[in-house]
Amino acid sequence: MMKIEAIIRPTKIHEVKDALDEAGFESITVTDVKGRGKQKGVMQQWRGRKYCVDLLPKIKMEMVVDDDNVDKIVDIIMKVAATGSIGDGKIFITPVTKIIRIRTGETDGEAL
Amino acid sequence: MYGISKKINSKMIWQALLLMSVIFMVFIGTAAAATVDENAAAIEKNAEDIAQNAEDIGVNAEDIGNLQTALTFMWLLLCGALVFFMHAGFSLVEIGLTRTKNTANILMKNFMTICLGIIVYWLVGWGIMYGADAAGILGTDQFMLMGAMDNATWNGWWFQMVFAATGATIVSGAMAERTDFKSYLIYTVLLVAFIYPVYGHWVWSGSGILTSGFLVDAIGETFHDFAGSSVVHSIGGYSALAGIMIVGPRIGKFKNGKAVAIPGHSLPLAFLGTLILALGWVGFNGGSTLDGNDPYANLVIVNTFLAAGAGAIMVMIITWMKTGKPDPSLTANGMLAGLVAITAPCGSVANWAAVVIGIIAGIVVYAGVMFNENTLKLDDPVGAVAVHGYCGTWGVISVGIFALGQGDGSMLADAAYTAAGAGLLYGGTAQFMIQVVGAILSIVWAFVISFIVFKIIDAIIGLRVSEEDEIAGLDVVEHGISAYPEFAILKE
Repeated sequence: MMKIEAIIRPTKIHEVKDALDEAGFESITVTDVKGRGKQKGVMQQWRGRKYCVDLLPKIKMEMVVDDDNVDKIVDIIMKVAATGSIGDGKIFITPVTKIIRIRTGETDGEAL
Repeated sequence: MYGISKKINSKMIWQALLLMSVIFMVFIGTAAAATVDENAAAIEKNAEDIAQNAEDIGVNAEDIGNLQTALTFMWLLLCGALVFFMHAGFSLVEIGLTRTKNTANILMKNFMTICLGIIVYWLVGWGIMYGADAAGILGTDQFMLMGAMDNATWNGWWFQMVFAATGATIVSGAMAERTDFKSYLIYTVLLVAFIYPVYGHWVWSGSGILTSGFLVDAIGETFHDFAGSSVVHSIGGYSALAGIMIVGPRIGKFKNGKAVAIPGHSLPLAFLGTLILALGWVGFNGGSTLDGNDPYANLVIVNTFLAAGAGAIMVMIITWMKTGKPDPSLTANGMLAGLVAITAPCGSVANWAAVVIGIIAGIVVYAGVMFNENTLKLDDPVGAVAVHGYCGTWGVISVGIFALGQGDGSMLADAAYTAAGAGLLYGGTAQFMIQVVGAILSIVWAFVISFIVFKIIDAIIGLRVSEEDEIAGLDVVEHGISAYPEFAILKE
C-alpha cells in the first residue's frame, strides 16, 4: 500500500479528479495549501503598488492505493496536471503501514 | 266681379299686413324687453364670475404655492434618504479596502458614526450651524431644535443631519485598522457637535464670515460651495490628515522607509460601496438645490455624473500607464474623486467643465495617494485624505475657474443657487479669490482643530491600540467577535 501525495495547480484539480474517476480511482482527499518550490512567487498589484505573493496557493491531493496501481495513477496525474510551465507541482510516494476503516474495523486491503 | 273682388282683396291685404305688423311689433317688443332683462342678468352674473375667478386665482396661487412647498419637502426627504444610505457605501468601501480581522470594528465605527451623528447634531450641531449668528463665527440657539418646531425646520434638519456625520465617516476610513474604538467615538461626537458645524456656519448659514462681513466686503464676492466639497469633504479629509499623522501608519505599512502594499480583503464590497456612494450623490448634490421646483437640479445631476465618470476613467488610464495594469481600487477612488470635486461647482458650471473637473480630480487623487505614501510617509488605507481632502479643495477652487456666474448672457442668469461671480475663464477674479480663501480656511480649521483634539484624546485615552491588539485584529480585541466566524473551529 502506498500513499500518493500530489501538489498541483488549483486550476487542474477538476481535470485530474475526473481523469482518475474515469480510470476507476474514486477515493481522494483534497486540501487547499500554500507553498513554494524553487519557483519564486508571483507579482500582484494593490493601489498602484506591486507586491510579491511568495507562498502560492496550491492543491494537495492524497490517495492511498495498492502498489500495483501507483504507476497508473502517477501517469494520469503527470499527463493531466502538467502545463509545462514553472509551478506544475510535485508528486510524493510513501509506503503506508496500516489502514483501518472506522465504520467496520476492516484493515489494510479490505479497507481500501 | 273681378273689380269688387280685386278691391276687397286689396283691402284684405292691407288689413293682413297691418295685423302682421302689429303681431310682429308685439312679439319683437316683448322679445327685446326680455333680452334686455337677460342681458342685465348676464352682466351681473359675469361680474360675479369675474369676482369668483379672481378669488379662484387667489386660491389657485395659494394651492400652487402649497404644492411647491410640499414638493420641496418631499424632494429633501428623499434626497436625505439617499445621503443616509451613503453610510452603507462608506462602510463597504472601508471594509473592502482593509483586512478581514478588522471588519466588525469598521462596521461598528461607521454604524455608530451615524447613530451618534443623529443625536449629537440634534443636541448641538444644528444649533451651532444654523442658530442665531454670533460674530459670523457660530450659531447660538435652536439646540435640540428648541423654539423651531415647524415643518420647514424639521425638513431642513433632516437634510443637514445626514450630511453632518459624513465628515466623521471620512476620518474613520483613513484611521482604520489601528485606532482605539473609544477614542474614535469621542472624536466623532466632537466633530459632529463642533468641528463640522462651525465651518458649515461660515459657509451655509447665510450670516457666516465667508458669505457676509469683512472678507466678503474686501473681495467683493461670496464664497460658493454648492453641496459641500469644502464643508463636508475638505473638513473630513483634513481632519483625517491630522488623525493619521498622530496615530501613525499600520504595522508593516512601511519597511525601511518604503511603502508596502497591504491588500484589502474584498474588492466586491469596495466596488459596491463606491456605487452606493455615487447613488447617494444624487441626493447629496441634487438635494442641495434646497428646492423641489428648481429647474437646475437637472444640470446639477448631469454635471455630477459627468465628473464621476471622468474621474474614474482618468485614474484607470494613469494606473494602466504607470504599472501596466489598470488598478481596481484606485479606479474606484477615481470615481469618488470626481464626485467630491464636482460637489461644489455642479450648479455653477457647463457640462464640458464638469468633465474637465472630473479628469483633473482623477489626477489629483492619484498624485495625492502617491504623495501621502511616498513623500509624507502617511498610511491612509482607503485614500480618504486624497479623495475628500485634496479633491475637495480642488472642487472649491474649480468654482472660481469654471463658474459661469449670474451676470447677463450666462446660462445660469436666473438660477437661484449658483456662484454669483464668473470664474477666471469668464473674466472674473473675485469669485476665484474668495474660493481660495474659503479653501484655505477649511484646511486650516479642520487640520488645526482636529490635530489638537486628537492630541488631547491621545494623551488622555490613547488614540492607538497596542501592537499586540493590532496584529490580532480589532474585531476580536475590541468586540469579541470575528466578522467571519465560520472560519474558526468552535467548541460544541
